Amino acid sequence: MSNQLDLECRQLVKSFGKFTAVDNVSLEIPKGSFFSILGPSGCGKTTLLRMLAGFIEPTAGDIVIKGNSMLGVPPNKRPVNMVFQHLALFPMMNVAENIGYGLRRRKIPQPEIDKRVADVLERVSLPDAGSKNVDQLSGGQRQRVAIARSLILEPAVLLLDEPLGALDLKLREHMKVELKQLQHEVGTTFVYITHDQSEALVMSDNVAVMNEGRFEQVGSPQDLYYNPQTAFVAGFVGDSNRWSGKIESVDGDQAMVALDEGGVIAAVSGTNSSMGLGDQVELFVRPEAITIERSTSSQDGAHIEDGKNTLTGVVENLLFDGANSRAQVRDQKTGHQVTVSLPQTGAFSDLVSGENLRLSWSVDKARSYVSSAAAKQEKAA
Amino acid sequence: MSSAEIAVSGTEQRSVIPTLKLGTFLLMLPLLLWLLLLIILPHVDLLIVSLREVLGYREYAFSLQNYAEFFTEPLYWNTFVRTAVMSILATIITLIVGFPVSYYIAKVMKGRKRNLLFIMCLIPFWVSELVRTFGWMILLRESGVLSSFIQWIGLVDGPVEFLYTDATLMVGLVYTSMLFMVVPLVSVLDTLDDSLIEAAYDLGGNTVSILREIVIPHAMPGIASGCIVVFMLTLGNYLTPTLLGGKDSLWFTEQIYNQFITRFNWESGSAFGFLLLFLSSAIVFVGLKLSRQTLADTVK
Amino acid sequence: MTTTKAILGLTAIAGVAFAGQAQAEELRLLTWGGYAPESVIEQFKAETGIDVKVTKSNNEDMISKLRATGGGGFDLAQPSQDRISAAQAEHRIYKAMDLSQIDGNQFIGSMLEATKGNTTYKGDVYGVPHVWGTSGLVLNTATASSVKDYTDLCNDAVAGKVSYRLKRPTLIGFAFSMGLDPFAAYDDKAKYQEIMGKVEEKLISCKPNVKTYWEGGDSLLNLVRSGEVVAAMAWDTGGWKLNNDNADVTFVAPKSGALGWIDTFVLPKKTKNEAGAYKWINFVMRPEIAAQITAAAGNFTASKGADQFAEDKLKAQFQASFPQADLDNIKWYPTVPPGLETIEGKVLDRVKAASSN
Ligand SMILES: Nc1ncnc2c1ncn2[C@@H]1O[C@H](COP(=O)(O)OP(=O)(O)OP(=O)(O)O)[C@@H](O)[C@H]1O
Ligand SMILES: [Mg+2]
Repeated sequence: MSNQLDLECRQLVKSFGKFTAVDNVSLEIPKGSFFSILGPSGCGKTTLLRMLAGFIEPTAGDIVIKGNSMLGVPPNKRPVNMVFQHLALFPMMNVAENIGYGLRRRKIPQPEIDKRVADVLERVSLPDAGSKNVDQLSGGQRQRVAIARSLILEPAVLLLDEPLGALDLKLREHMKVELKQLQHEVGTTFVYITHDQSEALVMSDNVAVMNEGRFEQVGSPQDLYYNPQTAFVAGFVGDSNRWSGKIESVDGDQAMVALDEGGVIAAVSGTNSSMGLGDQVELFVRPEAITIERSTSSQDGAHIEDGKNTLTGVVENLLFDGANSRAQVRDQKTGHQVTVSLPQTGAFSDLVSGENLRLSWSVDKARSYVSSAAAKQEKAA
Repeated sequence: MSSAEIAVSGTEQRSVIPTLKLGTFLLMLPLLLWLLLLIILPHVDLLIVSLREVLGYREYAFSLQNYAEFFTEPLYWNTFVRTAVMSILATIITLIVGFPVSYYIAKVMKGRKRNLLFIMCLIPFWVSELVRTFGWMILLRESGVLSSFIQWIGLVDGPVEFLYTDATLMVGLVYTSMLFMVVPLVSVLDTLDDSLIEAAYDLGGNTVSILREIVIPHAMPGIASGCIVVFMLTLGNYLTPTLLGGKDSLWFTEQIYNQFITRFNWESGSAFGFLLLFLSSAIVFVGLKLSRQTLADTVK
Repeated sequence: MTTTKAILGLTAIAGVAFAGQAQAEELRLLTWGGYAPESVIEQFKAETGIDVKVTKSNNEDMISKLRATGGGGFDLAQPSQDRISAAQAEHRIYKAMDLSQIDGNQFIGSMLEATKGNTTYKGDVYGVPHVWGTSGLVLNTATASSVKDYTDLCNDAVAGKVSYRLKRPTLIGFAFSMGLDPFAAYDDKAKYQEIMGKVEEKLISCKPNVKTYWEGGDSLLNLVRSGEVVAAMAWDTGGWKLNNDNADVTFVAPKSGALGWIDTFVLPKKTKNEAGAYKWINFVMRPEIAAQITAAAGNFTASKGADQFAEDKLKAQFQASFPQADLDNIKWYPTVPPGLETIEGKVLDRVKAASSN
């Protein structure tokens, strides 16, 4: 079983003085998969990746690649390669020399190097770029050269540190697909770091959401999106409307939450654990889970109607974005702003600001999480 | 493509120049005057002096004799060769010593410590070259600090003379030149992205190969400019070779000084001056060609 | 053309402005260290109101400086008497003296006459004597008593502990101690060349004995004081100074005769304060002032009667170094004819370039 794993981390810790950048992280990455680590800036992603590459020694824990512990093994002896955030192509060499660098270091004969460089250039669709200078390439081409330079060494694991960060949006969208495709073809295990959730969701087989040095949740993109296990994941992955409130009553797996701003919402627990009466909770509802109707009724706060959570409000802003268009609706009573997706059928294409809307969503679409801030306060008290 | 760009900017310039011309000229006037009066005119004067032969009191004739003498009298030629070889050697040693220091300053040290180290390279320059050289003399002479010290710890029985040898001269020259090597190297190494080194390491490079294939090619313009400055300074150094060098020590600038000041022979002094200028430029030119650098690269 | 005029105009204005600022009268003196002590300058200022600005120098430097400026930049200079008429012939850097402005009675008559004779060019007198002294041997008599003459510096007994300058006095001194007479050959270039050739050989064969060729007076004093050098060719004053600290070290006149020099007063061609220059000359030649200069420089002056004011110690040192026979044996430098310096220069270069082992 364990030799099916390309990469394994066991209780990895890295501290800089008193500050713990990576806190007790464990992960297992099966062979040939595309694994992403997603987290906000400063959460410790790069630190973790640099430990995998060997540039930083862990404070505690172990890194195992293909069954061998990597502790004390220098970066040039590890069967992993890294694609740097700013690519780090060598400006003093042309494209072919850049890509052939690792093979030259392995003392492979030059004709063989030339052949393999040509092959890999072919694979990243830059067949004629070999003799070009690095600064003659476009951003996307450079990207591919950087990846080719690592891939040619056939590493067990390829580490990528936000490699798309420097590209413009359009190119980023394009490269996402291309990277995924490439990984599929070569079958190398990719460990991909990003703070952009869409990159992580689109490309990955598995994603780890990281926050303040810890893994919040590891799972498939669908799992993370539809079944977030912590308030952080629910808020960080995908867009959500957010309320805070207190649990008023519990009925089976449902609970009534009295919102701090007024009104009630029926919700299910986001985690597997059950909810306790009086708990301070955070509530999340995705914009696309909300059904809208035009309404003339008076302004009501959040309440339950026909077994559904219901809310009326006034359209404040229309955010047209083609299939991804949204409206921002203001609950006149509490002032809470709710974002809703407009149906792709175009049914509401004539919606204008100022119109009244009735919003409703089923109970199981409202996920509640015990608020960590509140939990801490209670402990302190 | 780039030629098209040049053509475009060329036409642009042509249209702008007439309006700017007078203003620019007036702005440049002090500089031009300074160049003309203090640099060009004296050189022209020296050139004329170098091309004449003294026939008698205040009697001169045009002649290339002063230049011919340099090539026919082995003494002068040997002095020049010795000076050039010692300067090249001093430049190489300064580079070999200065490179790790610069690398350490630019890439390993951070914050306060880094500034401190940099300032330590500057300290020798807070005192004049004369004082600095006398410092070496006090340290190295037979009755000096170093000699006393190694007698005290029992390494030797009698006093040892460290002064007046080529090795001492070399130490003095390298010490004097250090800063002029370290400054361009630190600034060029500063611009080397750390991730390039890491990437090379990650791709299987080791310290030696990274140095050879990544760091040195990147630092080449800095190396070239540092070497040019150090070479020229060493070649033109007067105090250090005369004070630290031994009784056999010959230095070409000393020769020029002698011709001018103690021999009153301005004619050959000027000729030697021009020969020094041309021969050293030739050496620099060959050096640049060998390292495949251009002068423009080094001032980037 | 117009630019040139403008520049000239500007320079003129600047010149006027500077001239306006320079209120106190000033005398720019180009001289040797010790010849114009601070106390003497102050007394002179108190008496005449003239500020003396001193630039320290040596023979070659003085001539070069004056040559570079065409005899400008200074109001009074003090080269040695043998370096005046040839420099005047070649470079025209001096101005003839108006002897009526100088109080001849303050000078030792024979010295004044000799200097006037030596510094005459085309009938005009250019220099009057000021300070005189000799070069000879500075020895540590405890360890280098075997050294009696310059050539003895090449003895094994003092190997590695010898120093002298690579300058013309060394060539002349060695020539005399080798039994040759370079002064007699001054007018015969070929003969002089031959003598210098022999000296060159001697100096090259002597080179392994030399610790270093000294340059500045202070560095020689240090070398002898520290014991690194026990025998040197140097000025008499240096030996006497060292004698004050270490009774073993003193100046000794070599067997072949000490070399006598006289430093003079001359007017640079473009002197701006000729009257001040004469005032200074007459002032410093007063016996009591001359004695102060002797105390500072260590050398005696051409001032008549200054001896009485000189320190007893210095007089005693002088008498110890110069018994009557040695005093009579002093070789005074005659005027250097043109061309010799080129010959000497080549010899010195070759000695320097020769390998010492
Ligand atoms: N050498 C270091 N010394 C001290 N603290 C460090 C060091 N390297 C990183 N840190 C800290 O560790 C934390 C995590 O840094 P890291 O670079 O891993 O973040 P990241 O998740 O990659 O962020 P980003 O998305 O902005 O690149 C940061 O708070 C950072 O300040
Ligand atoms: Mg990072």
